[in-house]
Amino acid sequence: MASAYVPGLKVAERTQVRKVRRLPIPGDVLVHQGQTVSPDGVVARANLPGNPQTLNVAHAIGVDPGSVPAVMQKKVGDTVAAGDLLAFTRGMFGFGKRELKSPVAGTIELISTVTGQVTLREPPIPIEVSAYISGRVDEVLANEGAVIETVGAMIQGIFGVGGERRGEIAIAASAPDEVLEPPALTPALAGKVVVGGALVTGAALRRAAEVGVAAIVVGGVVDTDLIAYIGKDLGVAITGQEPVPFSLILTEGFGAIPMADRTWRLLGRLQGRMASVNGATQIRAGVMRPEVIVAEAGATAAGATGEEAGATLDIGTVIRLIREPFFGHLAEVVELPPELTEIETEAHVRVLRAKLRGDGRVLTVPRANVEILES
Amino acid sequence: MSEPRSIIATDCGSTTTKAILIEEQDGAYRLICRGEAPTTVEAPYEDVTAGVRNAVREIEELTGRRFLGDEGLMTPRNGDQGTDIYLSTSSAGGGLQMMVAGVVKSMTAESAQRAALGAGAIVMDVIAIDDGRKPYERIERVRSLRPDMILLSGGIDGGTITHVAQIAELIAAAEPKPRLGLGFRLPIIFAGNIAARDHVQEILGAKADLRIVDNLRPVLERENLGPARHEIHNLFMEHVMAQAPGYDRLMRWAGAPIMPTPGAVGLGIENVAKQYGTTVVGVDIGGATTDVFSVFQGVFNRTVSANLGMSYSMRNVLLEAGVANITRWIPFAVPQADLRNRISNKMIRPTSVPALLEDLIIEQALAREALRLAFEHHKTLAVGLKGTHEEKDIGALFNQVSTGQTLIDLMALGMIVGSGGVLSHAPRRSQAALMMLDAFQPEGITELTVDSIFMMPQLGVLSTIHPRAAAEVFDKDCLIRLGTAIAPVGRVPAGQPLCTIRVDGREETLAVGAIRKVPLADGTTARVEIAPPRGVDVGKGPGVPVSAEVKGGVVGLILDGRGRRPLGLPENPADRVKKLMEWNTAMDCYPAAAMSALDTRQRVEVRA
Repeated sequence: MASAYVPGLKVAERTQVRKVRRLPIPGDVLVHQGQTVSPDGVVARANLPGNPQTLNVAHAIGVDPGSVPAVMQKKVGDTVAAGDLLAFTRGMFGFGKRELKSPVAGTIELISTVTGQVTLREPPIPIEVSAYISGRVDEVLANEGAVIETVGAMIQGIFGVGGERRGEIAIAASAPDEVLEPPALTPALAGKVVVGGALVTGAALRRAAEVGVAAIVVGGVVDTDLIAYIGKDLGVAITGQEPVPFSLILTEGFGAIPMADRTWRLLGRLQGRMASVNGATQIRAGVMRPEVIVAEAGATAAGATGEEAGATLDIGTVIRLIREPFFGHLAEVVELPPELTEIETEAHVRVLRAKLRGDGRVLTVPRANVEILES
Repeated sequence: MSEPRSIIATDCGSTTTKAILIEEQDGAYRLICRGEAPTTVEAPYEDVTAGVRNAVREIEELTGRRFLGDEGLMTPRNGDQGTDIYLSTSSAGGGLQMMVAGVVKSMTAESAQRAALGAGAIVMDVIAIDDGRKPYERIERVRSLRPDMILLSGGIDGGTITHVAQIAELIAAAEPKPRLGLGFRLPIIFAGNIAARDHVQEILGAKADLRIVDNLRPVLERENLGPARHEIHNLFMEHVMAQAPGYDRLMRWAGAPIMPTPGAVGLGIENVAKQYGTTVVGVDIGGATTDVFSVFQGVFNRTVSANLGMSYSMRNVLLEAGVANITRWIPFAVPQADLRNRISNKMIRPTSVPALLEDLIIEQALAREALRLAFEHHKTLAVGLKGTHEEKDIGALFNQVSTGQTLIDLMALGMIVGSGGVLSHAPRRSQAALMMLDAFQPEGITELTVDSIFMMPQLGVLSTIHPRAAAEVFDKDCLIRLGTAIAPVGRVPAGQPLCTIRVDGREETLAVGAIRKVPLADGTTARVEIAPPRGVDVGKGPGVPVSAEVKGGVVGLILDGRGRRPLGLPENPADRVKKLMEWNTAMDCYPAAAMSALDTRQRVEVRA
C-alpha cells in the first residue's frame, strides 16, 4: 500500500468542525438550516416505543389460549391504566373466579390465541438530541437530525471513556511530562475540563471524581488504573457508554507518555474557554476518536485553516514512535528508503530512518510504527 | 459464456481492499498479481468503489494494462484491456450482523446459529425459550441490538406452534430496528414449523420485512440449512449491501452476487475438503475476529469468535485467556503491567507491527491463545444434531439436556489451513507451524498449510461460477504447504522413547516432550512407518503401527512428541522457559543471534 504509516490525529487551533447529530429512530427535527444553536439546544426529538409487557393471560386466568379473547375485558388498541381489569372469568358455576389487573399503564397491542399471551405497550419514551457544540445548522437531515457546523479548535485523543461533557478548560500540570497527582485536583476544578501531563494516577482519578471535574485530558493512564476507574475490564475499544463520573481522554496511549508539545501548547492557549468533550472511542468500522472542541463564538468558516496533523511523510517531518523500542519518543525523519527492509523480527517492511530528539541517534523504524506530529 | 481468460476479484475488508488478477496461461489458471488499498466505506470517502479502484490501479501499475474505465471495471476483456469477469466479497462496515432465535437452545436455535454462521454472519445473540432469561430480559436484549436481520426458527414441521409463536410475539414486542437504513423495516427470515407460518405472518408481517423459507429443522434428525442460508445471502445483497455506501455501484460492476467474506472463505474450505478428499480445519485470524471452519464427516461448520483478534480485539484475548495463559508461551519474563500496556497500545494503534523480536514473540503468544479459544468455541458448535436419539414431540424435548458429540476428531484431522496476518505473514514459516500445533494440538498425521496472501475469499466466490479456476489457483498459488506433523498421543514409562518412526527407511526416535524437524522439501513425499509402543496412538489405535505417505513442505516433517493432551507445560518458570527454548530451537523458529541478544535482565534465569 502506498501509505503504511498512521496519519496523525487532528490537532487544530482553528478549523471547520461538522458534527452529525442523529436520532436512533425517525422523529421530529426542531431546527432549520442556518439556525444558530447552543450546545444544550435540542436539535431533534423522537418517541421510542414504550417498553412492552408480555402477560400470560391464559395461565393467569386458567383458560386455554383460544379462550383468551373471551375473557379479555379490553381489546387491541385500548388504553389501560395500572390496576385496570384486563381479564376476568367466573369459573365453573361461579367457582374459581379469577381476574387479572394491568400491572402498568399502556396500550393493548396483541392478544394471542396461540400462546395465550397479551402484549401491553407502555407509553412512549421521549428522547432528545442536543446540538453538543455551539454553531450553525448547516444541513437538516429529514426525520433524523441535523449537521451542526462551527469554527474553532479541535483536538482528537487516541482513546477515551465516558460520553459527552461540557466545561471550561483548566490546566492542572506545569509541563507535558508531569504526572497528575491528587494534590493538583483542587475543588476549584469542579465542572472543568482538566488538562494533565504525561499520566493521571489511579489516586488522581479517584480524587477527580470527588472534586466533580467534567473531564480529564492527559497523555496516558496505566491500564489497571483505567480498569479500576470504569469498574470492569475492557475487551475491545468501543467506549462512550460507561457510567463514569467524568470523561477521560488520553492523547497518547497507555502508560506514562508526555503529551505532544503541540497538543499541550494548544490546550494551554485555550485555558478558560468552554469546551465540548466526548470520550467515545471506536477503533473498528466507523472509526471514532475522543475529542475536545472549543467553538469560536459567532465565527464563520472563512479563514479556518482546516489544519490537520500532516498527512504525508517527508524528510524533516516530526514523528512519534508508537511501538517499542522508544515508544512515545519524538524523532525527525531523515530518510525514506523506498524498498522493503528487513527488521529485527526478520519481517520485510517499509521503513524510515529518523533522528531521535534528545540524543540524536538515527533509528530505522517501520513506517507503520510512526505517527505524524507536524510537517 | 465462453471460458474466461482473465478474472479480477476483490475482497473489501474492514480496513483493506485486496484485489487479485487471475489469468489462464498455458491451459491453467494462475495468480498474476495482487494489489491493495485502504477500504473507503467510512468518511470522508463513503464509497466502497474508491478503494476497489485504488486496489485495481495497483494491478494496472504492476501489469502495465488497463482494467478501469469511466464506469468501473471494464468487462469483458477487449484485447489487452479489461477483464472477463469481476467478482467481489465484502466484510466492510462490520460485515453481516445477525441475531437468531429458536425454541430450544440446543436444537432449533443451534441449527439457526449454524445456518447464520455458515452464511458468513456474526451472530450477536441467540434467543431461545430455554436460554435462562426472563421474557423481559429477552425483549430488552432484542431492543438493544440492531442486527442486519433476524433468523427465526423453531419447531419441526407439523409439531406444536405455541413455542415458536411465543418467540415471534417476543420479537414483535421488542420492535427491533435494523443497523442500517433509519426507518427501514428489519428483515426477518422465518425458517421454522410450516404450520406456524400463518401465525408468524400475522404477528410479524406488519412490523418487519418478513421472508418465509423452508424449515431448517423439518424433523429432529435432519437439518436443512440451505434455504435459510440462501435467503440470508439474498437479504445481504438487497438490504445490507444496498444500504452501504457505494455498494449499489459495486453490485452493478460485479458479475455474480457479492458474498460476505466469511461465507466465501467457508465455501473455499468446503472446496479444499472435496479437492483433497480430506477432513479440514481452517482458521482466519484477523484484527477483530477469528473464524474457524471445519469439514468432518462431510459436514461443514463455521464459527466466528467476534472479539478474538490480533489488533482491535487483542485486549479481549488477554481478558478471555488470562495473563498466565499468555505468558506461558513467552520464554522470558514480562512484567504484567508492561504486557497490559503493550497490548492496550496495540489495540488503539492497530496497524503498528512488532519491531522487536520480543514483541513478535508476545504477539505470537497471544495468537496461540486466540486460536485455542476460537477452536474451543468451534468444538462446542460443530456437533452432531442433538435430541435425535428418539422420536418425540418437540414440547416433550423441552427440558432435554443431552448434548451432541463434537464432530471435531483431532486424530482424523487431515489438514489445517491457517490464514490471517499473524500466520500468513509470520517472518519464518516454522513460526506459523508451531503456533498452529500449539493452538490446535492435532493428533496423528496432519498436514499444515497457510494461505499465502489471504485470497481464500476471492477464490471462494470464484468457485461459485468457475470452480476449475478457483481450484487451480488455490493449489498452485494460494496454499503454502508447511509440511506434515506426526503427533503420537499417549504415555510411556519413564526413560522410554514415545515412538520410533522410519522416514523413507531412516529411523528416527522421538523422545517424550520433544519436537523434531526432519527435512522434507515442498513438492516431495516420504513413506513413514510409525511403530508406537503400547498405550500410544497414531491414528489406528494404541500400539497399532501406521504406514503412510506424507507430504513435505517449506518447514518439513515435524515429529511432535509432546504426547499428552493438553500440552503439559512445566509449572516452574525456569523449566517452562527451558522447554519453550528447546521447542523453538528444534523448529528453528527465531534467529539464534537475536534470541541471545534479548535483554538478559528480562530473561528468567534458566537453571543449568
